[in-house]
Amino acid sequence: MTHQIRAIGMFVAVFGLIAITGQTSSWNVALGIINMGLISAIMALGVNMQWGYAGLFNIGVMGFVALGGLGAVIVSMPPVNEAWAAGGLRVLLALVVGAGTIIGAIMLWKRMDHGKARGLAIVVLLVAGFFLFRYIFDPAVDAIEAVNPAGTGYLGGLGLPILFAWPVGGVLAAGAAWIVGKTALGLRSDYLAIATLGIAEIIIAVLKNEDWLSRGVKNVVGVPRSPVPFEIDLQNMAGFVTTMRDWGFDPVIASSIVVKLCYATLFTAVLLLLIWASQMALNSPWGRMMRAIRDNEVAAEAMGKDVTGRHLQIFILGSAICGLAGAMMVTLDGQLTPGSYQPLRFTFLVWVMVIVGGSGNNWGAVLGGFLIWFLWVQVEPIGLWLMDTITAGMADGSALKAHLLESAAHMRLLTMGLILLLVLRFSPRGLIPER
Amino acid sequence: MDPINAIVALLNFVIIPATAYGAQLALGALGVTLIYGILRFSNFAHGDTMAFGAMCTILVTWLFQGWGLSLGVLPTALLALPFGIAGTALLLIGTDRAVYRFYRKQKAAPVILVIVSMGVMFIMNGLVRFIIGVDDQNFLDGERFIISARTFREMTGLQEGLAFKTSQGLTIVTAVMVVAALFWFLNRTRTGKSMRAFSDNEDLALLSGINPEKVVTYTWIIVAGLATIAGVLYGLDKSFKPFTYFQLLLPIFASAIVGGLGSPLGAIAGGFVIAFSEITVTYAFKKVLGYLAPGGWEPDSLVQLLSTDYKFAVSFGILIIVLLFKPTGLFKGKSV
Amino acid sequence: MSKNAWQDNRGNKDRTITNPQGQGKEFPIEGRGKAVRVEGESPFLIGEAMTGGYGTGADILHDCTVAVEKGEIAVIVGPNGAGKSTAMKAVFGMLNLKSGSVRLDGEDITALSPQDRVAKGMAFVPQTSNVFVSLTVEENLEMGAFLRQDDIRPTMAQVYDLFPILKDKRRQAAGELSGGQRQQVAVGRALMTQPKVLMLDEPTAGVSPIVMDELFDRIIEVARAGITILMVEQNARQALDIADKGYVLVQGANAYTDTGKALLADPEVRRTFLGG
Repeated sequence: MTHQIRAIGMFVAVFGLIAITGQTSSWNVALGIINMGLISAIMALGVNMQWGYAGLFNIGVMGFVALGGLGAVIVSMPPVNEAWAAGGLRVLLALVVGAGTIIGAIMLWKRMDHGKARGLAIVVLLVAGFFLFRYIFDPAVDAIEAVNPAGTGYLGGLGLPILFAWPVGGVLAAGAAWIVGKTALGLRSDYLAIATLGIAEIIIAVLKNEDWLSRGVKNVVGVPRSPVPFEIDLQNMAGFVTTMRDWGFDPVIASSIVVKLCYATLFTAVLLLLIWASQMALNSPWGRMMRAIRDNEVAAEAMGKDVTGRHLQIFILGSAICGLAGAMMVTLDGQLTPGSYQPLRFTFLVWVMVIVGGSGNNWGAVLGGFLIWFLWVQVEPIGLWLMDTITAGMADGSALKAHLLESAAHMRLLTMGLILLLVLRFSPRGLIPER
Repeated sequence: MDPINAIVALLNFVIIPATAYGAQLALGALGVTLIYGILRFSNFAHGDTMAFGAMCTILVTWLFQGWGLSLGVLPTALLALPFGIAGTALLLIGTDRAVYRFYRKQKAAPVILVIVSMGVMFIMNGLVRFIIGVDDQNFLDGERFIISARTFREMTGLQEGLAFKTSQGLTIVTAVMVVAALFWFLNRTRTGKSMRAFSDNEDLALLSGINPEKVVTYTWIIVAGLATIAGVLYGLDKSFKPFTYFQLLLPIFASAIVGGLGSPLGAIAGGFVIAFSEITVTYAFKKVLGYLAPGGWEPDSLVQLLSTDYKFAVSFGILIIVLLFKPTGLFKGKSV
Repeated sequence: MSKNAWQDNRGNKDRTITNPQGQGKEFPIEGRGKAVRVEGESPFLIGEAMTGGYGTGADILHDCTVAVEKGEIAVIVGPNGAGKSTAMKAVFGMLNLKSGSVRLDGEDITALSPQDRVAKGMAFVPQTSNVFVSLTVEENLEMGAFLRQDDIRPTMAQVYDLFPILKDKRRQAAGELSGGQRQQVAVGRALMTQPKVLMLDEPTAGVSPIVMDELFDRIIEVARAGITILMVEQNARQALDIADKGYVLVQGANAYTDTGKALLADPEVRRTFLGG
């Protein structure tokens, strides 16, 4: 009981902090924090599943989040017909050839007998496949990227509703997770950490460089957000403007708040659904088995449990949730900006959320998501204020003062590290510990 | 057919840069592998330790430059290096006392230490950005080239130039010296042997009267040296930018793992394997093949296997291949 | 879930980031205290009325006493789980004593850390993981002499005289040796400190009978050289045969204490512990 009271108290405190921000600066900022907090909470749920339930060390969260974002683009952006005509099918063919080569190599590995012949055959297949792939792929890419490079220069998407994109983002991430998990999760030991670290960097490299797919660093902007209205449309609605005026609000600010509230509702629904599902899963026989494996793998294995299989399952599930969050984030931002995916922000910060919130506890992860996101946003102004106070006595124009003021922005990383270390040291099970 | 020019081009664009980069990765990987062997976790803060060491050295270099101190043709940074190492060693030992020691006393699971090192990574990353900012810093002075491309062309009359940068020469020479010193230390001195003994079996080391705290302190000092040297050499060779150092984490981990975690020899081999494959796979061989191909058969395309943006993919690919076929790495380390 | 949150690795087994191999498991006492001279008659080494257990766990030893006179061999025997090894570790400072004391050569050393006890002339050979597998035989011996500042070569020559096979294998990694040879390295490593007391935890566990006889012979040889020996043994009959003093422990407490010969002759001990 005290456990629950403590958890509720923590949530009240965090939302209290956000409410104070709303009161003192603006509700727009506060709602912004809540919306990204919701998305962060979902990412944290995903990582918590992997680390908290199964001890899997995924440090490629960024990659799965970015893949989810790509999913949003692929599903919801209108297709660029010209680009499809220029080389769409050819690109698809190239991808099929590429995938076929790899599958072929794996088949050879499994079917042929151990020996030099097998190695040689695989190398020959891979080299030939690679050149064939590039032969088909390169001209198609050039053709696609030549189509109105300033405006599109990519294939576009399927033009479907954005809500449909969220699960697709999850599926894309799950696919990547399957490949990673298949190779990296072993029986006696695994190398998931380095594998996820690598795959995340590769996914970002692909998004940054494959302009035909994601427009690369030119970014995809104007991602549709259909159930949620655009601010400008609200402002053009006579009824909305008069109602807001009647209630005593500025219609421009009100429109932005209404939009954020719409998102908040949608995201909350998703989050609650996920928490419900994962709590159910955790208390089901499946969840009990997961915990049994985590706490005593040897015994679980002796009882005939397929440990690697379960680990693969949960790794895929957790990554899919991260992908879902990534798609939601692109929807919220209305754009995909591959250049903005940084491991500190999208991998390690999520880890801080999980550890601070409470590994193995879904509510803890959610709390961590909100709290850490709030701090991530607010530490910068606080740091600036702190530096202002410290430097108040210094002469204007002094180099140190200028440097300190300029550096205030970097306080954020310092603070995150400090919080992680403090929580790990003094409350190692997190703010809301697993029972 | 012009094999001599082809060889020169290959040396100039692949072999020399890859050797220098490989040496830098090897020094970085040695630090990672030492911590893995003795403190038993992969230190995520290693890239940022390198950045911190390089930053300390840069600050002292600037001070020396302000005083007009210089080493003539060699970069002033060499003079500042010991101070950089000292500063980094102080930071690392301070971190150990304030953070890691507690967990050591608790006999914490190594994976918890990995998470702790994440926190340290955030702090160091923030610290470096706080002190020196996020921008590129160039601190190379002295003679830029041992041989410049033009001098080489004039000397040999070849069409292709061969540039050998001072920073590359320095990297290779320093790396050889550092590695030799490290191996001598680990295999020939009592303290070095006690570090290996501690890595092998902590409890037995304790029974032999080896003081764990001393072993750990020595380790951090050596790691500070390795990381600072690697960071400074990388900064001289390319340029200093905190974020780049953070990103070096992947190739450095890859080097250490490919070589076999916990094996110093493996770390060096891994560094070169990763560096050579990264550069070979992302280099456009048009020029080299152009010299080699018989007249009229020169390639039209760049003959580049992968764009340079995918260099991480190469380190990662090599890593996966090695792990799939030889889970303990090239030199039998302790991993997997 | 383990009690200590920092020791909970959640079943993670990622060897690219963690290296549990060789990690210490023992919680030696901090040992900030000093050795204190004590007056009066006392055996050369004695762990007297020791009570305690590992960490915050339940007590394993209950008022347990083991002692050995200078140059003699004392053997601790008893059924599995009797706390034999624990008693040994307690004497060496590897666990916190709630009460009781350890005295060596007229000094109370209860407050000393294991390292300080090594410096005082105690050496301990654990039952398992008792050699540095990645170090050569010679390096293993050198590590045994880590605390010594004088010339260690004569001692090393003595060890090689005692275990001639080790001299041939001195450049080989200890991990490549056979079980019996490893035990020789382990004992050799302990002898390198020139200890006054050698403590052996089941030195013959897992070696063949022939090697076992050989090891017992060497241990007697060591004792004849004036080194006091305290050891735990599974092979109670053989061990008591060479023991000057025997301790039978049951559930962490002394059950029988006498000379080795007397214990072997005691029908009660024979019936309960020696299988008739």
